[in-house]
Amino acid sequence: MRSRQAVLLAFVIVVALLPLTIAPYLAFQISFVASFAIAILGLVILIGHSGQISLGHGAFMAVGGYTVAILLNTAGIPYVASLPIAALVCGLLGIALGFVSLRLADVYLALATFALAASVSPLLKRFGSITGGVQGLLLPTPHAPGPLHDVVRGEVWYYYVTWAIAGLLFALSYAGLRGHVGRCLRAIRDSEVAAVSFGVNPVLYKTLAFGWSAAYAGVAGALQAMATAFVSPGAYDISLSLTLLVGVVMGGLDMMWGAILGGVLVEFLPLWVQKVNPALSSIIYGLALIVIMLFMPGGIAGGIQRFTSIFRLQPRGARETVPIAKDLT
Amino acid sequence: MQELGQQVISGLATGSIFASLALALVLIYRSMNVINFAQGEMAMLTTFVAWQLVQDGMPMWVAFAITLAIAFAGAVALERAVIRPVETAPPLTIVIVTLGLFISFNGLAGLIWGYVLKTFPSPFPPTTIRFAGAALSEQDLGVIAVSLGTLFLMYLLFQYTKLGLALRASALYPEQSRLMGIRVSWMLALGWGLASMVGAVSGIMIAPVVFLDPNMMQGVIVYAFAAAVLGGIESPVGAVVGGLILGVLLNLLSTYVSWIGTDLELPVAFAIIIAVLLVRPAGIFGRVHVKRV
Amino acid sequence: MSNRKVWLGAGIAAILIASFALSAPVRGQQVVGVTDTSILLGGTHPFSGPLSAYSSIGKGAAAYFAYVNDHGGVNGRKIIYKDMDDGYSPPRTVQDMRQLVEGDHVFAIFNSLGTPTNTVVRPYLNDQKVPQLFVATGATTWGADASKYPWTIGWQPDYQDEAAIYTKYLMHLKPGAKIGVLYQNDDYGKDYLKGLVDTLGSKKSEIVKALSYEVSEPDVNSQIAAIKNAGADALFIFATPKFSTQAMVETAKLGWKPLVFLNNVSNSQTVMRAATQAGGPNATNGVISTQYLKDPSDLDEQSDPGVKLEKAILAKYAPGSDYTDGFYLYGMGAAFTMVDALKHAGRNLTRDSLMQAVTHLHETDNPFVWKGIVVETTPTDRFPIRQMILMRYLNGHWVEFGSLINVRR
Repeated sequence: MRSRQAVLLAFVIVVALLPLTIAPYLAFQISFVASFAIAILGLVILIGHSGQISLGHGAFMAVGGYTVAILLNTAGIPYVASLPIAALVCGLLGIALGFVSLRLADVYLALATFALAASVSPLLKRFGSITGGVQGLLLPTPHAPGPLHDVVRGEVWYYYVTWAIAGLLFALSYAGLRGHVGRCLRAIRDSEVAAVSFGVNPVLYKTLAFGWSAAYAGVAGALQAMATAFVSPGAYDISLSLTLLVGVVMGGLDMMWGAILGGVLVEFLPLWVQKVNPALSSIIYGLALIVIMLFMPGGIAGGIQRFTSIFRLQPRGARETVPIAKDLT
Repeated sequence: MQELGQQVISGLATGSIFASLALALVLIYRSMNVINFAQGEMAMLTTFVAWQLVQDGMPMWVAFAITLAIAFAGAVALERAVIRPVETAPPLTIVIVTLGLFISFNGLAGLIWGYVLKTFPSPFPPTTIRFAGAALSEQDLGVIAVSLGTLFLMYLLFQYTKLGLALRASALYPEQSRLMGIRVSWMLALGWGLASMVGAVSGIMIAPVVFLDPNMMQGVIVYAFAAAVLGGIESPVGAVVGGLILGVLLNLLSTYVSWIGTDLELPVAFAIIIAVLLVRPAGIFGRVHVKRV
Repeated sequence: MSNRKVWLGAGIAAILIASFALSAPVRGQQVVGVTDTSILLGGTHPFSGPLSAYSSIGKGAAAYFAYVNDHGGVNGRKIIYKDMDDGYSPPRTVQDMRQLVEGDHVFAIFNSLGTPTNTVVRPYLNDQKVPQLFVATGATTWGADASKYPWTIGWQPDYQDEAAIYTKYLMHLKPGAKIGVLYQNDDYGKDYLKGLVDTLGSKKSEIVKALSYEVSEPDVNSQIAAIKNAGADALFIFATPKFSTQAMVETAKLGWKPLVFLNNVSNSQTVMRAATQAGGPNATNGVISTQYLKDPSDLDEQSDPGVKLEKAILAKYAPGSDYTDGFYLYGMGAAFTMVDALKHAGRNLTRDSLMQAVTHLHETDNPFVWKGIVVETTPTDRFPIRQMILMRYLNGHWVEFGSLINVRR
């Protein structure tokens, strides 16, 4: 596997050196690739490895973003402390959602999380005394701390922070997915009954997957709030959750590299498409989703390198007759 | 007391909007155990077609009839092209495909017709009916009547025709149906076609009230989901009843429970979905199935 | 193995060199965004997403600039307007603005749309000393917070001023009236509400019911019924066209005839005709609103020179556009002011000379604003348009009454 490590090393070097050669505003945009990739990676773990779908992870990005914003504005807590708090809060909320999702089969889970994503904005507006309501909350623009302040530009500093955090979270995921946790997740994904018979506790792992992916989405939301220097309810609507899903599918449901590819596509496709026709990006996203599901179940990155595939075709009659709820018979 | 009556009446009117779209959702669910996330957008697209036909000078009812035909044919073609290849795939794949349709239809409508709101001709005269101190417009009454009428037609189709029997059989027992000579795959396409027609009717009913733009259905789809879940996702009667109950419930909650007010209707719908799915997943009218492993 | 490393090393080097080359800075200019022959302006509008109807504003402005360019430009320079899509999403606006300022090196930002989207970039633009001109929203903060953000200025009359005009008229006509309010649950609706509440002052209790709605709701019938039931005899509608129409139709349906004040975002003839058609004449007769712009969908205004100019400009520079869409005209109105400011900033154009012109506007000939309105600013009064005319809807026509009201403090 030397070549895999070599590619990874090359990637790290390019990422590390890029801000030295490109304009700061481009570095700023590429930082969003990193934060999207984190959220998308979380979803890859949830959908690809544990086999549960969520259309509501935009909600966790909202919680993450608002957590750091509120902590900073009301209690002056700096990012270095509030980021882990945001991750923790989202993780716990994710676990809670995970418990609920145990009883909901695929399609119903999709439906419920879709409704969740739609509910975020009204809830944020409602509790305006904490969230700033429709006006939102302003945050300081990203800047390097203390003595570095005059040496390094804010965007560049933010770039390195974001990619460093992304690197850390990716490494954690790699370790987890490669090891025992990953095997248990995939076993449950492929056949819960069989997994149970091997002594794997589905409740533990399924809720863990939810919490994990929610925490990642929370970190991504917090990072983006820091960059934008603003949080408002309008930024967190259903289209954000759908965009994340597009990133997951276009990047590849299985591959971790796919999360980065997904991040690139989600961040830059609207910009590239603008020159032709801005309304085109929805059509491209939608068509891409359909085509990929029809021809490449592993997504684009999955097409490049197959890890494991979740889309094995089943004979129709073998499907469970009631996908309404999972009884614990 | 009079206000209560008015809120209930207008809740029924709004609820019938949810009900009509929920009916289409149920139709697809009954034929292939899948929730079509793109149902609202398909309805919206066909409503635009109707609008365009009327704009081009066609008489309203002729335009509506042609729209229904286009809705049917288009949905059948769509099913053959895009759904059939993934018919046997796990539900997750189909969900993603319907989401892809959701996203692209929205973009397509925006591309062709733009986002400026358009008025849509109402098939009903703008008169108001008053009873019990409450006011109801003919439009409101019309939507309720059409929803119930569609429900009745569906009931006739499924219970009293061979085609309906074949549709039900293909959904529940596909292998055995094939053995009986039923073209199961085409039954699915038919299911999509019918659902699309119901959706088109729903769109035509709704558009005069909410005005026509590509995002017309986005304000309705979550409530339609809630209505279908509440009433029972397999039950057409449930869809209609669920929709009406939901409409009335939302109105009453927002008027009389100041803590909820008018801001939190979407979170309430979400709460209803979760509560029903956890407590009684089959909804009010659904039948509880036993899971065979 | 070493071959592979050589290739990788070459690949890395190639990427880095390429990115460096691609981001080479623009050749030296005396003033950012200005050359001998051109002025580069930037802006953001939602060209995608649910609010893309507002993109007509940007398109109208661009068409007007094209028209001006064809007629000699401004002090010998042509205007290039780079209008980017932000989908009304503040994170994207932030990225777009950085690209415009640091990548494209625009001279100034013009007519970006939306309150949260402009709020989010205001600190950055002021920090960078980039003029943020004639933002396309009526929020009060652009003029009110000018001392903190001197590089930012709005254009249209602000919402609080407009609400104040209605309120004062009501207090004069029907003192002690019971007031009901329907407002959109966002910065736009709430700004109007604040104007109403502030003008009432100690008489705040006259508001018997103020209900909001979410854009995601199918209709507002429940709110209207509740407001009627609270006993209101005046109804303020602070809503966008779709919901305003529903509100007016519902009042007719309920047989309720309050004095209706309609915000001028939703008073085009297109809206009024739709409401009349669905609810009968009772839905719209007697509705009061204000106007500061011409309405190209109003049949009474078809021979107005401003409307004719808009129609002609669109036909030539944006063929296929629907000229009755008032957003195009709005964009042209703001663009006219932009060109006016650029002219007065002189041939020796700098950001400072531009801001000097922007804070000393005295424009009497804007064909797109209502006759008699003067677009005017001073260094201490940074609300360009503060005049409106009251009008009443009667039998299919908007009829002005009273004289042009000036809210200038």
